[in-house]
Parts: sequence; structure tokens; C-alpha cells
Amino acid sequence: MPHEDYLNATYGLKSWLLTTDHKRIALLYLGSVTVFFFIGGIFATLIRIHLLTPTGYLVTPETYNKLFTMHGVAMIFFFLIPSIPAVLGNFLIPLMIGAKDLAFPKINLLSWYIYLIGGSFVLYSFSTGGLDTGWTFYTPLSSVYSNSAVTPAVIGIFINGFSSILTGLNFIVTIHTMRAPGMTWFRLPLFVWSHYATSLVMVLGTPVVAITLLLAGLERMFHLGFFNPALGGDPILFQHLFWFYSHPAVYIMVLPAMGVVSEVIPTFARKPIFGYSFIAGSSIAIAVIGFLVWAHHMFVTGESTYAALTFSFLSYVVAIPSAVKVFNWTSTLYKGSISWDTPMVYALGFIGLFLIGGLTGLFLACLGLDIHIHDTYFVVAHFHYIMVGGAVMGYVGGLHFWWPKITGRLYPESLARTAAITLFVGFNLTFFPQFILGYMGMPRRYHTYPPEFQVLNVLSTAGASILALGYLLPMLYLMWSMRYGKVAGPNPWPATGLEWTTPSPPPTENFDVTPEVTWEPYDYNNRPDLGLTAGAPSPAPAHGDD
Amino acid sequence: MHRTGELYGHFETLEQQKESAALGMWIFLVTEVLFFGGLFLTYTINRHAFSAAFGAGSNTLDLTLGGFNTVVLIMSSLTMAMAVWSAQVGKKQLVSIFLIATVVLGTIFLGVKVIEYKQKFDHHLIPGAGFDIRYHAEHPTAADNAGKIAEEKEELEKAFAKDPDLNAHAQLYFSLYFGMTGLHALHMIVGAGLLVWLIKGSFAGRYTPKYNTPVEIVGLYWHFVDIVWIYLFPLLYLIDRHH
Repeated sequence: MPHEDYLNATYGLKSWLLTTDHKRIALLYLGSVTVFFFIGGIFATLIRIHLLTPTGYLVTPETYNKLFTMHGVAMIFFFLIPSIPAVLGNFLIPLMIGAKDLAFPKINLLSWYIYLIGGSFVLYSFSTGGLDTGWTFYTPLSSVYSNSAVTPAVIGIFINGFSSILTGLNFIVTIHTMRAPGMTWFRLPLFVWSHYATSLVMVLGTPVVAITLLLAGLERMFHLGFFNPALGGDPILFQHLFWFYSHPAVYIMVLPAMGVVSEVIPTFARKPIFGYSFIAGSSIAIAVIGFLVWAHHMFVTGESTYAALTFSFLSYVVAIPSAVKVFNWTSTLYKGSISWDTPMVYALGFIGLFLIGGLTGLFLACLGLDIHIHDTYFVVAHFHYIMVGGAVMGYVGGLHFWWPKITGRLYPESLARTAAITLFVGFNLTFFPQFILGYMGMPRRYHTYPPEFQVLNVLSTAGASILALGYLLPMLYLMWSMRYGKVAGPNPWPATGLEWTTPSPPPTENFDVTPEVTWEPYDYNNRPDLGLTAGAPSPAPAHGDD
Repeated sequence: MHRTGELYGHFETLEQQKESAALGMWIFLVTEVLFFGGLFLTYTINRHAFSAAFGAGSNTLDLTLGGFNTVVLIMSSLTMAMAVWSAQVGKKQLVSIFLIATVVLGTIFLGVKVIEYKQKFDHHLIPGAGFDIRYHAEHPTAADNAGKIAEEKEELEKAFAKDPDLNAHAQLYFSLYFGMTGLHALHMIVGAGLLVWLIKGSFAGRYTPKYNTPVEIVGLYWHFVDIVWIYLFPLLYLIDRHH
């Protein structure tokens, strides 16, 4: 007889669409961000097929502009930004801190509906003429000259911003006021710390992009002149306002993934995390310094040399807390008892890919070098290493790690490990050639290229097809496992977090009795209740196909 | 989510619930500061670039109506604060009275704003093809004071001497005027809606010294909207009145 949990407590469509349970809302988000991921993925596939040949036979130049724009808009605003926070963060933060729900459950549901409304506007734009401004909406192209459906897209992203703001607000308040007895700030899982930092960025940055896009939209609708030089306005002002949000937005994507990695690594290295307070503090440092680097996207706009020097310097500074994390993760691995479970494969993949993405970011922060590689495929490769190699690897890895908690079932381990390696190989084959292409001078956003670049483009497209397979596999076996997977039990790995002390799937109220925390975080040497003691062999993780 | 009296089931105590609500509202207000911040930055940069046009645009605003509205809003902040205080000390009737006073003052503000907007519309001061900052000076009505119109003409000539493209740049001023005051008015309307909801609750006697969180956090919001106006008034009405 199964216990009553959040999945079988009530039935029917209404019980889902009107739920205020953070766990169910997380699953609603899981479904909707997956839809946008596949929409964005279809655009990416078309782009890569088009670039198989130097002259690009598949689509017209105008359509090509729309493809890369819509790929960016769908992926950034409707997949990457909500993915880890709204799915995993939503599901896990109350469980990790010992709360019954987020502080504002109705606002949590509201934020999902706002996401859907914003998403509908954007899909309307995609299907009625598309969008060709680039995801950056630079004015006056977006506000005056573009003949595509810019207005509904801008309205959609404006609306969607409030979903992000409300999620961030909800997380901050929850972490402040809803912690269980004994769950002090320095006993919080690092996943919670990274979401706290992410929420700060969401709350402080998103309103700025909202007002900016609102102004650009008003400018387009009513022929106002804020950003239009023909009417006295300043297009550079738009870029400053846009990047004030959109650079920190990168940290909205990658900080939660860092949180996932910080949970996975100690679990499968069977060691306490190295430098807990430094990892926690570096999340906050990234969020704060991340707000001070935006103009490194604008080195070629003619901004003053002194401003450029300052922004270049600060961009180097933000690499320090990122590096602190990488060093701490590798130190945690040192002399650990490492097992190669699927989430661990993703986490290790994350470290490698994030390292490449981060270091190439320093190339771009370098004033002289940036002039050479600005707006080339080098930039495209760099941010895909951060966003796909970093954020998406973290997201998929995190889904695997907490899948037994979410569904109560285990996924098939060997298939999952194969998929993780497929993803890693496919990703590198897709994007590493793009570093070389960019360095050799292939500009981004062009629908043709000189014939000598074809080999590298073919490699990249070949990689993309492997990558696509790597995404389809988890999609299929995770759905399969929801019904047919082996029953997981409360703590299959075992891991030390509070979320693993409650049954899988958890009951609606999360814990049968409010937990009291008496142990330190990641105490993998000293948790005899989980069979974890220093020196003794630790229990093997449970696998779906053992 | 179960609810026992005023306490929602996911909270342990009323204090925890109140602390969460208040912190949530403060964070929301921070997001509002950044939201308006984008507009204030756009204003600052454009005013620096086109000070003659901004001065000329600002001088077309009605100082009496703007000043009156400023007083009205400050009064409404006072009545809002009194409503919160009344709830805290348990004077249930006073809560309703002060909330009603606040919503009445807010409505007066919005009514005056409608009069001001209509005046701008009549004077061809809506950004777009029909915009003409000289329209009023050149088409005075019987109600206008002839001396004042002559003064207005003279000032506009001076401003055009400084900035020949004044008509275009003044449109930036009016875009910002309507954008900023419009967004502010939208916040007032939302606030008035919240007040009506509070008044309903106060008639039911819901707010007591033990539980008055809604009055308090709507109060925070209302004061914030007032503070925005305290900045908007000098930035829009008072930038070139030194003669």
C-alpha cells in the first residue's frame, strides 16, 4: 500500500491547475520549460542544417535571421532562466530547509500563469511573422526598422519578467523566514545559497529589462524617440539598460547549476564539501560583481577608454569567485571515494565545460583581443559553453539526481550514463569547432560563410545531431521510469540533505513532523544513521537496473 | 493550503506570517525602485542633452494643479499611516474612516491628472505627428490671459534660439512626462483597488492589534507610490521656474 504523497493526494486536472503545492507547480514548470526547450531546439536544428553548406540552401537570409532570433528568445527567456530555479529550486528549497511550502504559495502559482501568458505572446509572435531582431532587441532595428512581429514578442518578454521577479522574491522570503529549527544560515545546502544569490539577481535585474523593453515597445507602437537617434534619442542607452539585466541574467542561468554541482559532488565523492563558506560566499560575490560588468558587451560601441578599462577589470574580478568554486569542487574530489553515477558524470562534465566557457570569457573581457573576436563564432561558442555546457548540464544532472525524490522511481542507470556521455561528446563536437571558426573570423548571425570554413561547420552540425540524441534519450527513459522504474526509497544515494529524510515522493506537507536539524551540512564522514562513517566502506548508491 | 483563522497552514506562527509578508513587500518595492530607475536614468540623460527643450516642456505644466496634487498625495500618506495606527491600537471604526479618506484622496489625485492630461491633449502636446509646442501660444482661447500668452511666446522664442530642434526634443520630454506620470497613475489605480479590498475587510472588522498585516503592507506600497511622486513633481514641474 503506497503512502499518500503529493502526486496521489488529489486527482484531476483542476487539482493540478489550481494547486498551490510548490512540488506540483515545479512539475507544471517542468512540462512548460520542456516545451520551450524543444521549440528552441527545433530552431537550433534548422540553423545547423542550414550551415552545412557555405551558401546555405535551406532557408532565405530573412528566415535565417528569424531562426537564430527565435532560438535565442525561446531558450534564454523561456527555458534557461526559469529551468533550474522554477523546476528544481521550486521543488527543493522548501524540502531542503524543512518548510511546508514556499512563503507565498499562491504567488508561486501566479508566476507560472504569468509565464504561460508571456510565453503565449511570444509564440504568437513566432507564428505570425516571426522575430528577426536578435534576442538582444537592439534599437532602432527593433523599435523602427524590423518588419517582423516585434511588438507581441516584447510584450511577452515584459510579462514573463514578472514571473521571474515573483519567483525570486518568493525564494528570498522563504529562505529568510521559513527555515526549520536548527537550520541556520551556515547549515543551508549550497543549492539554497546559490538560489539565494540567483534570486537577488532576478529581483534586482529583471525590473530594469522590463522597463527597457516596455520603452522599446512603446517607441515602436507610438513612434516615440527614447532610443531612436533620428528623434534625438540614444540607442546606446538601450544597450546599457539591456545588458544591465542581460549580463547578470547569465548568472541566473549558471548559479543554480553551480548549486546542483555542489550537492552532487560531495554525495558521490563521499566527502564533506571543501570550503563550504567560500562556495556560499562566492555565489553572493558573483551576484554582486555580476552587476558591474555589463558594458563588456559594448567594447566596440565607442564607449570611453576609461569605462572600457573599468569594465574589463571588473570582468576579470568576477572570474575569481567562479574559480573559487571550481577549486573547491576539485578539492572535494581529492581523495574522495568517487562513484561514476549519472549525476556525477554531469557534474564532472559541468566542471570541465564551465572551465572552458569561463576562461574563454576572459579572452573576451580582454580589450584588445575582444576587438578581433567580437561578434564572431568565438562568442557563440563561449556562451554556449556556459549556458549549455554549464547551465543545461547542471539542469539535466540535477533532474537525474533528484528524480527519485520527485517521482519516487529510479531511472535506468547504464542507459542514463550512456546518455550523459553522449551529451558531453555531442556538445563538444558542436561547439569546440566554433571557437576555431570565430578565431579565424567567421562572424555570428550570418547565413553564409566562405567555403574554407565548411569542414568545421560540418563537424559542428554532426555534433549537434549527437547532442540532439543525447537530449532525446533522457526525455524518453525518464518518462518511462515514472511508471516502470524501480521504487527508489527515501534516500537511494544516500545523501545528507534534509530533502532525503522524507519519503519519495514526499507527502503534500513535505514532512510528517517539522524536522529539527542537529547536524552540519555534507557531513559524509559522520552520519551513522545513513551508514556513513569515516574509514568504513560507504553504502553503494541504488541503481534502477541493478 | 489549509487555513486556521488568519494563519495559513504553511506558517508556524502569526509572527512568521507577518514577517514574511512584510519582507515580501519590501523586496517588491526594491524591484519597483529598479523598474522606475530605468525611466529616471532615461530622463536624466535626455534632460542633460536637451535642457532647453526640457525646460520649455516643463513650463507648459500647470504648477497649481501639480502642487495641489502633491499636497493631496502627502495628505493621503498621512491618512494611510493613521489607518495602520488605528488597526494596531484596535480602533476598528477609525480604520475604515482613514482607509476611505485615503482612497478618496487618491481618486482626487487621479481626477486632477485627467484634467492635466486633457489640457496637454488640447494644446497639441502629445508626442507624434501633431505635436507642436508653439500651438498654445499661437492659438490662445478667450479664457487665456493675453499678457501670459505674450510671455509664453517670448520664452519659447528664447528656447528655440538655444535649440532649433526644440519641437523634436520637447517630444522626448513629453514622452517621459506621460510615461512616468502614466506609470505612476497605474500604480495609484492598483493601490486604490487594494484599498477598496482593505475597506471591505475593515467593515467586517478583520483588522485587529493581533492581525493587521494587510493594512500594514498595503500601507508600505501606498507610501512608496507617494514617494515616487515626490521625485516626479520637481523633476517634471519645477526644472525651469526660476523667473
